[in-house]
Amino acid sequence: MNNLTFMPVLWPLFTAIFLIFFSKKIMLQRGISLFSSLIGIAISLYLVFSVHTHGILTLGVGSWDAPFGIVIVADMLSSLLVLTTNIIGFAILLYSFYSIGEERERHYYYPVFQFLLIGVNGAFLTGDLFNLFVFFEVMLMASYVLLVLGGTKIQLRESLKYIIVNVLSSSFFVIMVAYLYSVLGTLNMADISQRIAEVNQPGIISVIAIGFLIVFGLKGAIFPLFQWLPGSYYAPPIPVMALFGALLTKVGIYSIFRTYTLMFYHDQDFTHTFLAILAILTIIIGVIGAIAYWDVKKIIIYNIIIAVGVIIFGISVMNEQALSGSILYIIHDMLIKAALFLLVGIMIKISGSDDLRDMGGLIKRYPALAWTFFIAAISLAGIPPFSGFAGKLLILQGAAEKGAYFGMAVVLLSSLMVLYSVMKIFMNGFWGTPKADYALTNNTVNKMLVPAVLLVIISVLFGVGTESIYPFITQAAETLINPDIYIKAVLKE
Amino acid sequence: MKQNDLILQTVTKVAAFVILLFAVAIFLGGHYSPGGGFVGGLMTSAAIVLLLLAFDIKTVAGILPIDYKLMIGSGLLISSLTVAGGLFFGVPLMTHVYHYINLPLLGHISLHTAVLFDLGVYLVVVGVTMTIIQTIGESE
Repeated sequence: MNNLTFMPVLWPLFTAIFLIFFSKKIMLQRGISLFSSLIGIAISLYLVFSVHTHGILTLGVGSWDAPFGIVIVADMLSSLLVLTTNIIGFAILLYSFYSIGEERERHYYYPVFQFLLIGVNGAFLTGDLFNLFVFFEVMLMASYVLLVLGGTKIQLRESLKYIIVNVLSSSFFVIMVAYLYSVLGTLNMADISQRIAEVNQPGIISVIAIGFLIVFGLKGAIFPLFQWLPGSYYAPPIPVMALFGALLTKVGIYSIFRTYTLMFYHDQDFTHTFLAILAILTIIIGVIGAIAYWDVKKIIIYNIIIAVGVIIFGISVMNEQALSGSILYIIHDMLIKAALFLLVGIMIKISGSDDLRDMGGLIKRYPALAWTFFIAAISLAGIPPFSGFAGKLLILQGAAEKGAYFGMAVVLLSSLMVLYSVMKIFMNGFWGTPKADYALTNNTVNKMLVPAVLLVIISVLFGVGTESIYPFITQAAETLINPDIYIKAVLKE
Repeated sequence: MKQNDLILQTVTKVAAFVILLFAVAIFLGGHYSPGGGFVGGLMTSAAIVLLLLAFDIKTVAGILPIDYKLMIGSGLLISSLTVAGGLFFGVPLMTHVYHYINLPLLGHISLHTAVLFDLGVYLVVVGVTMTIIQTIGESE
């Protein structure tokens, strides 16, 4: 019994309920959201350290123990992701104050923001497959509202697509849960894993594994299922876009982490090879998109798809190094994607256009913005002292150990292309001669820059201090590579 | 020319009360027989919708001066406070307790904290349904 495990869900829930009652008082909404999100960071930090000292924490909700009740399980991977989510939530909230606009703020922007955090935190922490579905829906409902809030033409068009895709994938999720339940007769993840191990993953379980890959691939945008993402993420205002880019696809990836390391790991020749092929194709598609466009938002959006591919490739290799690499990389990617979206948002605000060919010479007036962007860009590509390096290095080492040389080559080449795509933004946007008389004062820009700088600083510290947080990462990877640790903690045998 | 819907309005006045009573019966019986907060809430909003059909939005807002959005909030609050109760008693969240007591008129009955959770569900369902219907009804 440990109620702390569920606090990252319960705390934003109470905040959201409280905010519903005072929807018109904007300053109150801002103050409470900010305060609550600071507490949220504190709770999740405490959770990370508790998991580090005591091992996996579980909570049988309603005093019903696993496998009969819903279990909330905080292992190291979940708690690290919850911490990252809360930090990103805080930064984006701060950015929203200056950019979302009063009209949206008055129409339940902040409560819905909290509901999105509830969904994401809950999806990371749950130990029950159907509960995972419910938290997915909480997250998706909130994201529908955030996507459509404001009601501009492009938002309406894109949210229609987004909702159709997600309703389809959610119903597919339910169908797959039904299949798994009729084969195994349980919904608790640890129990599922144990029963699959007993029957040694016959063909039908591998079919269900691929079914789940389709579901989570639709949420996480892997190769043949990513088409909804570039359009849908293009539509909402910048803070919402940053929230989506940093959190939503990562929940899909986390679910692939969970299912493919905890449950469906007995027939790796089939399932994990399939995963590897899709991952490589995802990287290639992402790279093509990232270098094709002159639109800053589109470039960053396609960089999400590349990162998804790299992380999934790490999962498909399935040894300890590659998995720790994937965990490092997913945390790095959440931080840096949020920062990049915020920075790009400031650039668009200054120049009034999202086309690179309309920008230029921003470095002369806004040097702080330029250098923050530069650091974020080289972190994204994985230049050594910064945060993207260690994760990718470990994934490559793991792949080399397994002999997946083609995948290694693709990942390495993709880094080059990522660097090219963000440097294109840097060179065309910040160098050269100014294309227009930029009206925004340095003061306004600096205010909006604070959360982005915060995220970049955290990600730089994350890169420089990889050595000191590495014990946490290995603890997370250990649980993934030995599902028995997880099963023992949940079923208490 | 305004239509005369005297029969509709008179029948509604009687029927609405019967439906409301039925909704409350379904809600309270949920633990032992089919029913509970969800259907109870839907039936209650069905009664209010019947009022909306027979009269107009303004009249119904006069009869029931409720802000349904706040109703959603209070329902959520009641349910989540029931969930969070575990925090104060050192037991896992959502742990429910019950107790048998003797009440003067109703006799030997059990009181269960799950009813509080259900009350939250009931309020949210009524609030959501009515918010949807009123918002669609009012938009031009």
